[in-house]
Amino acid sequence: MTTSTKIPQEIGTVAVTAEESEKALRYYSATQWQLMWWRFKHHRVALAAGSVLVFMAFLGLFAGFLAPYAGVIRDRECLLGPPQMPRFWDENGFSLRPFVHGVKTERHPVTLRLVPTTDTSVRRYIHFFVHSDSYKLLGLFETDLHLFGVEDGFIHLFGTDEMGRDLFSRLLFATGTSLSIGVLGVLISFVLALIIGGVAGYSGGWVDYGIQRFTEIVRVVPAIPLYMGLAAAFPREWSTEQVYFAMTLILGLVGWPTLARRIRGALLSLRNENYVIAARLAGAGAYRIISRHLLPAFASYIIVDLVISFPYMILSETALSFVGLGLRPPAMSWGVLLQGAQNIRTIQQALWLFIPAAFVVIAVLAFTVLGDGVRDAADPYTVSRA
Amino acid sequence: MVRFIFRRFAGMLVTMFFVSIMVFSIMELPPGDYADRYAYRKFSGASIGQVTEADLRNIRHKFGLDRPWYQRYFSWIWGIASRFDFGPAFAFETSVNRVIGQRLWLSLAIMFSTLIVTYMISIPIGIYAAVHRHSIADYSLTVFSYLGLALPNFLLGLVLLYIAVTVFGSSVGGFFSPGLDKAPWSFAKAVDLLKHLFVPAVVLAWSATALQAQTMRATMLDEINKLSVTTARARGLPEWKLLLKYPARLAINPVAGSIGFDINRIFSDLPIVALVLGLPELGELLIKSYLDLDMYVAGAILLLITFIIIFLNFLSDILLAVLDPRIKLEGG
Repeated sequence: MTTSTKIPQEIGTVAVTAEESEKALRYYSATQWQLMWWRFKHHRVALAAGSVLVFMAFLGLFAGFLAPYAGVIRDRECLLGPPQMPRFWDENGFSLRPFVHGVKTERHPVTLRLVPTTDTSVRRYIHFFVHSDSYKLLGLFETDLHLFGVEDGFIHLFGTDEMGRDLFSRLLFATGTSLSIGVLGVLISFVLALIIGGVAGYSGGWVDYGIQRFTEIVRVVPAIPLYMGLAAAFPREWSTEQVYFAMTLILGLVGWPTLARRIRGALLSLRNENYVIAARLAGAGAYRIISRHLLPAFASYIIVDLVISFPYMILSETALSFVGLGLRPPAMSWGVLLQGAQNIRTIQQALWLFIPAAFVVIAVLAFTVLGDGVRDAADPYTVSRA
Repeated sequence: MVRFIFRRFAGMLVTMFFVSIMVFSIMELPPGDYADRYAYRKFSGASIGQVTEADLRNIRHKFGLDRPWYQRYFSWIWGIASRFDFGPAFAFETSVNRVIGQRLWLSLAIMFSTLIVTYMISIPIGIYAAVHRHSIADYSLTVFSYLGLALPNFLLGLVLLYIAVTVFGSSVGGFFSPGLDKAPWSFAKAVDLLKHLFVPAVVLAWSATALQAQTMRATMLDEINKLSVTTARARGLPEWKLLLKYPARLAINPVAGSIGFDINRIFSDLPIVALVLGLPELGELLIKSYLDLDMYVAGAILLLITFIIIFLNFLSDILLAVLDPRIKLEGG
């Protein structure tokens, strides 16, 4: 409980400078959200985590532009090819334009397997703003402009998978899918929780009892096996989009019991507050009481819970897709990409197939740290005044 | 006390009933039934004969698939309740009981070893971090607990597999060393099993350990400044003795209280970890039967692990009530 800036408790009795009273005025007249933001700004780590997530969202949104290739393009010359580092010089001298070395496939003398090897005699120069595969930017504008590319052959910053597809491009598209599925899942579980928890908490009595028992029964079944069961029921002939939306529904189901419990608890403690009783006596309806008096009172808690539930969404999606019971291969998500790394022999040969795992870990870590920061900021009992 | 146990027991039975309905509806969820899938497999494979409508009708009748769902539900649940018969396992062309077999015991062995690893690590670490606040150990616990949440345990399993194969040149998967696989039970085999249980237990305990150590540390910090501790210190009790006697004794309660939650989480994570580590136990079979849409096997496993969770919760509730006299004996 530290006060970072001294603010006179009783303005008027203490001599205050003009600057200090200005500050105090700003503090006392700030809205709840401004206060939250001021407190949040002081949490450096959380701020950094937030920026990481914004950057990831940017990567996902503009995946089509940032990725040199569409996710399904195969480089038949380079199956399980290693990552290529852009370089400015090699034994043949220096070049101002960055380049990567060419790749040629050779048969391994012992195992007789086709192994991609670096061909240092060939330079592939990297050009910026090149035209190649067409895609829809943000799903709206048809274009074929890409941030970078090479003129002939391929460039694989993160290597390729066993079908010769560029891991870097696929990872960008997967980032978009995994994050968006998390957002939709959180939204769906939020709506469900708001309805179920809201009804339980507001009405109380036997309705509350019934909903509580129901929530308990759902929670007692281990989550991932349960949702795998639901995912197993997706008909095989469903399109990628149908599976995608079904997955968001399932992830929404993952999250609601915890959220609903929190909302119910908050409502139960608030509904007997004096101002709520006053509003009810004044003849306000249920809708007005909930939306005008109750929701603003615990909105900050809900936001904290939403941020905290993101990691579970992302991890559940990854886990389900990883074992083949979630999104299916033409779709790209972190879990689908990690399917390639399920087999220990493949990982031994191509450690770069593990790069998507790093993205999962970073995203989950960032959401957790961000959640901590938001929780500290939203807690009205910390007296850190900005 | 007897009243309390009885009410909890009745509550457990009610929960089991509703869970069984839920599991049954999941079993019914995939489109088509076993006969359709049988026909599909015969049709797609280079098969001997054609499947006719009459064949499908025969299969449906043989397994009772032509009856309405509530009749099938009651005969299924009655079989389980009266003689532990989980029905036929279609894909294996045998009974579910035979398919599940000893996998159940292996799953339970993993669960118990995971619980032991979790508490053996998290409780001492939590106490140490609370006593040495702001030390390096304390900060590394914070970092570890973030990682515990962020690194999903199936990825940790893959990493350990990779390290084992590249550094030690051996695999950590499976339950038994190759020779002992089919051997009858003996002391050597039990030791071998324990050795193989260690890696899955550590992988599964990963995130729970981080979480429980944090809980332990937080409650310890609350308890450590209580007057009882100061009194004991003034009495000249050795530091380690008083730590164990007063704050640690109380701080263990919330950790032990969340054991039901831990068991639930273990069974939730187990299938994928088992798949990655190649452990032939229930969860791994669950994923396989989901992928094959062998819903009787999948439903039986889902029901079985949920019942185990409910039952262990019931036991731990009673145990806690015995351990902690402050818990009020009410609710059902």
